[in-house]
Amino acid sequence: MKTPTLIILTLLCAAGAYILVRNRASDIAYRAGKKPALHSLPYYYGMLSALWCALPCLLIVFVWTVLDDYAVHAAIVNLLPESVQALPASEIDLVVNTVINLALYPNALLSSSTPDYLIQAGQDYLRWQQLSQLSLTVVVLVSLFLAFSLCWARIKPKVKARQQVERIFQWALLLCASIAILTTIGIVLSVLFESLRFFQSVSFFEFIFGTHWSPQTALRIDQVGASGAFGAVPLFVGTLLISFIAMLIAVPVGLMSAIYLSEYATPQLRAIVKPMLEILAGIPSVVYGFFAALTVAPFIRQSGGFLGLEVSSESALAAGLVMGVMIIPFVSSLSDDVLKAVPQSLRDGSLGLGATQSETIKRVVIPAALPGIVSGVLLAASRAIGETMIVVMAAGLAAHLTVNPLESVTTITVQIVTLLVGDQEFDSPKTLSAFALGLMLFTVTLALNYVALYVVRQYREEYE
Amino acid sequence: MNSKSGYNRLFDPMAETGQALDFSQHGLGQKTVGNPFSVKAKMSVRNLNVYYDDKQAIHDVSLDINRNEVMAMIGPSGCGKSTFLRCLNRMNDTIENCNVNGEVTLDEQDIYHKKQDVVPLRARVGIVFQKPNPFPKSIYENVAYGPKVHGLVSRRAQLDEIVEDSLRKASLWDEVKDRLFSPGTGLSGGQQQRLCIARTIAVSPEVILMDEPCSALDPIATARIEELMAELSQNFTIAIVTHSMQQAARVSSRTAYFHMGRLIEVNDTRRVFTNPEHELTEAYITGRFG
Repeated sequence: MKTPTLIILTLLCAAGAYILVRNRASDIAYRAGKKPALHSLPYYYGMLSALWCALPCLLIVFVWTVLDDYAVHAAIVNLLPESVQALPASEIDLVVNTVINLALYPNALLSSSTPDYLIQAGQDYLRWQQLSQLSLTVVVLVSLFLAFSLCWARIKPKVKARQQVERIFQWALLLCASIAILTTIGIVLSVLFESLRFFQSVSFFEFIFGTHWSPQTALRIDQVGASGAFGAVPLFVGTLLISFIAMLIAVPVGLMSAIYLSEYATPQLRAIVKPMLEILAGIPSVVYGFFAALTVAPFIRQSGGFLGLEVSSESALAAGLVMGVMIIPFVSSLSDDVLKAVPQSLRDGSLGLGATQSETIKRVVIPAALPGIVSGVLLAASRAIGETMIVVMAAGLAAHLTVNPLESVTTITVQIVTLLVGDQEFDSPKTLSAFALGLMLFTVTLALNYVALYVVRQYREEYE
Repeated sequence: MNSKSGYNRLFDPMAETGQALDFSQHGLGQKTVGNPFSVKAKMSVRNLNVYYDDKQAIHDVSLDINRNEVMAMIGPSGCGKSTFLRCLNRMNDTIENCNVNGEVTLDEQDIYHKKQDVVPLRARVGIVFQKPNPFPKSIYENVAYGPKVHGLVSRRAQLDEIVEDSLRKASLWDEVKDRLFSPGTGLSGGQQQRLCIARTIAVSPEVILMDEPCSALDPIATARIEELMAELSQNFTIAIVTHSMQQAARVSSRTAYFHMGRLIEVNDTRRVFTNPEHELTEAYITGRFG
């Protein structure tokens, strides 16, 4: 049987085991006129046997499928002549792929020039494949049978089915939780190791403190004029400049709209405005991107020309403004929540002393909500630093070292995109520098998130 | 049930205990008994009606509160006594759907007049809430808050003086004088409530409203607050809402009994607790419902 059929069969068997065992358990448990004779409710016994049928079999299928590839690979290599076995690993892989393809699609690929040993190996591969599938089917069927009969025999008062089922679910939950953590660790490690490879060819300090960024490296030894320079300072400055402009827009506007919504707005108005602000958060950043590039940037250039200023067509100002608008909902929504969470009794206390509403907001509500507001702002900042689409479209690609918002600058994220878009070789410093930039970005946003969490945790319970 | 059978059951010694008495229609619509009015009133309330949306919470209440007396308001839960108290410094303004009509005067000035500014009103009529609600600031800042907001002082030394004076009047000074700049929220519940009283005193109000100020406190802290009220009544007019009849009996000079949004009886405290005029008052103070 093929693997998908096996999986479906296993699941069907598990469902069948659930029904059979549950019915049997309820027959045993509820004898007329007596107390229930089993430790757990019948459905726990059904659940336990379903899990015992399904989990081991699925595990076997999974492990088998993974190992199968390696085993087949090794077997084919053994069948090949020694001259081929002596080739480098990457070329052996190619030969193995040819063998498998020949075996699977003989009509399309076979020609008179095909060497005999490849055809022979292909035949052997098919036989291997069949044998492997057959034995997998047998193993799965046997284990299904064993699991079911074991569970059938264990419908006894002494068996604590409920505890066992709950323990299994607990492990399943732990597994899900650890998937997120393991993925994060995996990404961090991969970025870290690729960055280390990059720092073997470019020194760390040149990367951190260099002021010239021009990542074109020579493809051929004799190529002229493309030596590559990896000083990331212009990118850091560009990123900070755009994020700063964005925060300059988002923090005041977001905070004040949050204050209006939570303190002054009537419930009816709030019910309309709050969802609309959240729609703003739902607009894809690519839409903001072309809005920035096609509407805002030309507008800024024209108004700059009107005032006699020289504005480049892709400016940090345009990207920063639009990014600021994009993160307004982050600031306002988070701040609104924390302002709402300030207990009414504090407001009453202040109003009861004769403070006006605005004095109450300034002197009591905002100070009490400040930790939450700060953390909302920091989260928005890390969002701004990591934002890509808007800056790709509106900020430009050339790495100028400038703090003039009217000139074009580039950011870390933009450079990562341009370094990795298209066909790239993955062993040149040019491509690897993307990982180093990614590492920098990751470190900064992680630090910001950590500070935000720390601030919240430190001051959270102050008014309780 | 008509009012006669309710009356009979109330005074029938054979009435089954354990069965709730229904006073819902009893004695309502009558005039307040006792002495709700006086000639030297600090605050007077005439024909006050309060509505939350369509629901009427206060029905036609008229009452005078005398200068430098402690007026206690008692009654079963939901009888409107807290709503009434909050009308006295317009704290009900902060509740969206609350509607007040009638007349409330402070020194013969209508506080619901449309030209009346609530800011000076609340400086003159302070309020202490049920649950201690110190600001998440230092003890000093808590007390200094009111004077700062009202611009009562121009120099730090004056502010220090007000803070010390208010904390002394709230009999909290000795406990906190060494840690004036630690957070007010770090104090115990009873100390926090006294801090809130000090905070109210700091703007030198004329009337202090207290909305069940001891309900979140243990008996020792409660005793201290009660002592404090006796001292404060020399300088301030105090109106207190309380669930504890013993507390009303201990601290107040006059007692008002509220029932279902109506003011049933107002009399000298001793009279209310020894010889109430109205049978509802009697039923409440003897613990037949509450």
